[in-house]
Amino acid sequence: MNVSTRDENGFWVIRLEGRLDIGNAAEFEKACLAWIDEGRPNLVLDFGGLEYISSAGLRSILAATKRAKAANGSLSLCSLSGLVAEVISISGFDSILTVFEDVPQATAGGQV
Amino acid sequence: MEAVERTFLANLETLPAIVGFVSEHAAAMGVHPKRVMHLELAVEEAAVNICSYAYEIPPGEVTVRITPEPGVVRIELVDNGVPFDPLSMDAPDIKSELENREVGGLGIFLIRRMLDEVHYSRRGDQNILSLAVRHDEK
Repeated sequence: MNVSTRDENGFWVIRLEGRLDIGNAAEFEKACLAWIDEGRPNLVLDFGGLEYISSAGLRSILAATKRAKAANGSLSLCSLSGLVAEVISISGFDSILTVFEDVPQATAGGQV
Repeated sequence: MEAVERTFLANLETLPAIVGFVSEHAAAMGVHPKRVMHLELAVEEAAVNICSYAYEIPPGEVTVRITPEPGVVRIELVDNGVPFDPLSMDAPDIKSELENREVGGLGIFLIRRMLDEVHYSRRGDQNILSLAVRHDEK
């Protein structure tokens, strides 16, 4: 999986490409927790290039969300499609996490 | 087409090989690409549970058998571990608050939702998880 990051309007936008599964979910969770702890508690996960996510991936997002909230921040998802959109919906994660259409909408809040 | 079968070490390192074996042959047997992805997800979830819990002294082995049947492709995951039903954890309450969610059963929930048939049985000293997906269908 490829991960690229950038600052956008005060949000830390993390773009994932490929698959988030049992093979890399723990590492991804660790990276998210580090970003939050280092002072970037407002995360946007851009799933535009993500083609697959399993329960291991969902768990990592859940852990990151809890840490973000504990740091008075937030975590949102955007640009879901295909199997990823299906899994997020079936698992009910779309009712406990904020899901946006795309990055511009996800970063419109203007965190400073 | 004939059935295919391969035995793998039941540990997390071999998971990509297990998933790849299933998706390659399911596709060849006529399962639609979208359904192949559902199958990959279900097999990953099931295999993770088997690799994590079926053997008291890991790693054991898991045999994956893929059989084309009329209308469906059947995938069986067979292991010789302790009696263990990878479908036995309770389904998560998906309406719970974030803090109260039981994430442990999420994988099982996804398996059941993604596939057409899901069945566990214990035969002799073997756990048999049978998964089926219709082929020639979107």
